[in-house]
Amino acid sequence: MCCEEQVLMQQKLDKVIEDHKDMQGALIPVLHEAQSIYGYLPYEVMKRIAEGLQIPVAKVYGVATFYSQFSLEKKGKYRINVCMGTACYVKGSGDILNKFRERLGIEVGECTDDGLFSLESCRCIGACGLAPVITINDEVYGRLTEKDIDAIIDKYEGMEA
Amino acid sequence: MASVKTANDIKLIKYETQKRIGSRLGYSNYEGADIHMMICGSTGCTSSGSGKLITKLEELIARDEMGEKVAIVKTGCFGLCAEGPIIMVQPGNVMYTQVTTEDLDEIWEEHVKGGKPVERLISQNETEFFAKQERIALRNCGRINPECIDEYIAYDGYEALGKVLNEMDPDDVIDLIKESGLRGRGGGGFPAGRKWEAGARAESPIKYICCNADEGDPGAFMDRSILEGDPHSVIEAMIIAGYACGACKGFVYIRAEYPIAVDRLRTAIEQAREYGLLGDNIMGKGFSFDIEIRLGAGAFVCGEGSALMISIEGNRGEPRPKPPRATEKGIFGYPTVLNNVETFANVPQIIVRGLDWYNSIGTEKSKGTKVFAISGKINNTGLVEIPMGTNLREIIYDIGGGIPGGKQFKAAQTGGPSGGCIPAELIDTPIDYDSLTSLGSMMGSGGLIVMDETTCMVDIAKFFLEFTVDESCGKCPPCRIGTKRMLEILERITEGKGEMSDLEELEELAETIQKGALCGLGQSAPNPVLSTMKYFKDEYIAHVRDKKCPAGVCVSMLRFIIEAETCKRCGICAKNCPVGAISGSKETPYTIDQEKCIKCGVCMTKCPFKAIMKNA
Repeated sequence: MCCEEQVLMQQKLDKVIEDHKDMQGALIPVLHEAQSIYGYLPYEVMKRIAEGLQIPVAKVYGVATFYSQFSLEKKGKYRINVCMGTACYVKGSGDILNKFRERLGIEVGECTDDGLFSLESCRCIGACGLAPVITINDEVYGRLTEKDIDAIIDKYEGMEA
Repeated sequence: MASVKTANDIKLIKYETQKRIGSRLGYSNYEGADIHMMICGSTGCTSSGSGKLITKLEELIARDEMGEKVAIVKTGCFGLCAEGPIIMVQPGNVMYTQVTTEDLDEIWEEHVKGGKPVERLISQNETEFFAKQERIALRNCGRINPECIDEYIAYDGYEALGKVLNEMDPDDVIDLIKESGLRGRGGGGFPAGRKWEAGARAESPIKYICCNADEGDPGAFMDRSILEGDPHSVIEAMIIAGYACGACKGFVYIRAEYPIAVDRLRTAIEQAREYGLLGDNIMGKGFSFDIEIRLGAGAFVCGEGSALMISIEGNRGEPRPKPPRATEKGIFGYPTVLNNVETFANVPQIIVRGLDWYNSIGTEKSKGTKVFAISGKINNTGLVEIPMGTNLREIIYDIGGGIPGGKQFKAAQTGGPSGGCIPAELIDTPIDYDSLTSLGSMMGSGGLIVMDETTCMVDIAKFFLEFTVDESCGKCPPCRIGTKRMLEILERITEGKGEMSDLEELEELAETIQKGALCGLGQSAPNPVLSTMKYFKDEYIAHVRDKKCPAGVCVSMLRFIIEAETCKRCGICAKNCPVGAISGSKETPYTIDQEKCIKCGVCMTKCPFKAIMKNA
């Protein structure tokens, strides 16, 4: 990443911290915004938030690691989330998850070497009518079977080619 | 932009808007469009492509210059999520399901322009699906545009607030809610009126109202649908609760996983502020109230009251011991009245339509209705609202349309990871708070997962325990360590390594966790195991003693077998077996070496003659 972009992101982060300075219970909203700027929460970002909000880094780290929405690791360009809610589970989301692991050669929580795909399992996203469901970034795919997975990955790989 | 200075202004807006959307209401005199195309814009239908339909419809309207005659209304959830995307054409309540863009062309030509509904595309399940429902919390879902405050007002919106501020004392409001018998819809069923009373009695310069929209139970999406389809009903109720309890600020704690709901709520709050329904001196009555949204960050435990409030304060969402109750010491140390989305959504209607009406619905100790999200092995997956006391058979067979593929109903799971299973023999039990608790389950927030004969109950218990272990906040040892040990035992059992003593040990651990865990979620974590052990003990015993999984789910107990009579000896299975476990030839029948077999099932899917069987 070039430095210009880094500087820009830091300016955004500083603005977010400034805007939330006087808010009670600001930490979680600030972490949400920081993650939407950086895509994840690297140590330097947590440290800057701690200094800005005048709380210990340990507390920022403690909160960031408690909630599953926050990630300390870089995510892929395409974030695959397989819903493991009950409705999806009884309709075979476990098989779907395995298929992704097999096809991408990564485990849940990991990212492919080319940085394209990361794989997560998530809690119910509430689209149970379409079970089993996955999301890739903000796109929802429903009523899936194992057989659909290759085509979905091919589609995203095709977009990169 | 209109602003509401008195209750009368609400009536004026109502009247104006009713005229504007009059054709939808069946009026003969109206001003707006003749035809309203109601398209579901909730998570379910958006995921199945309702956005494309809206774009297409806009093109059709522009092409035929029908902008004045046809209006597109993006609504909340109709409930029949399995058949999305859904379009309802008004007037006439004609519901089209699983609509494609090609279908839309036909609907446009035949119905919109020709006035003749397209029979082929009309939902077949609709009548039975809606017949036994009574929609109070969901009344506006699918009827209004949730992003338009005027439409909410047209359907009696903010009328309750006007009535409360003009005609009632805070104590009157509390008495009314107490007498209505409304109980918390988030799980425990605590009487809402008593909670409000405790909040009102608390002495403090600052008090808060808080709405729990951290709907974390897997398979539950009631609160999401209410916020997506009718956010103003929750806002109105929170203002009323603020007035009754003497609070001037409200928080909505909502899951970040629900982006559409968050957007709609944000829009609704802004509109209410513009109208002066949130802010200072509401309707000129000297009462001030405002609402702030706080996003969750993906921790199930934050659905528990104390953890939720601690999370709003910006901390790790770990529950704390009670007392003090939230109504004494809640958010930032101030008294807080916490209700969930569905509870709030009931309040305005109770005030507008009155006690007699509300008390006539439901059972003696559980008044009103309950929204359930039905999913799993059921035909009409979706959202339903039924009077308390409706039995499970009506929900599954009449409303839900039965089990797909003619399979046998085995059990229904309610209450998510805190609840339990109701077996087929108890299908006629009327559903209310107390009956479910006595069955060892609980109402929970309203997820209802239907399971058929192909579901393994031990596996399901394991699934919920995995969830609890994953989501345990780690503060108290009974939950952190106890559920982990229980899970390990269940893993052993499903791998065919269980012993009979494991079953006793499970029960003992369960009892300790129930007694010793700090919060409600920990205490109820063993419920899925206990209730499946209670009703499906033989299935546990089959796993432990006979090393068999009767439903054929637990992989390590499966055996794949080639039926010699059906086998044509083509050898396809042997070619596809990844571990070379299948041998045979044209002369000798093919067989599977069970020692080598990894139970991947490839042979079974590849066999062109269906000669390979999965044997439990």
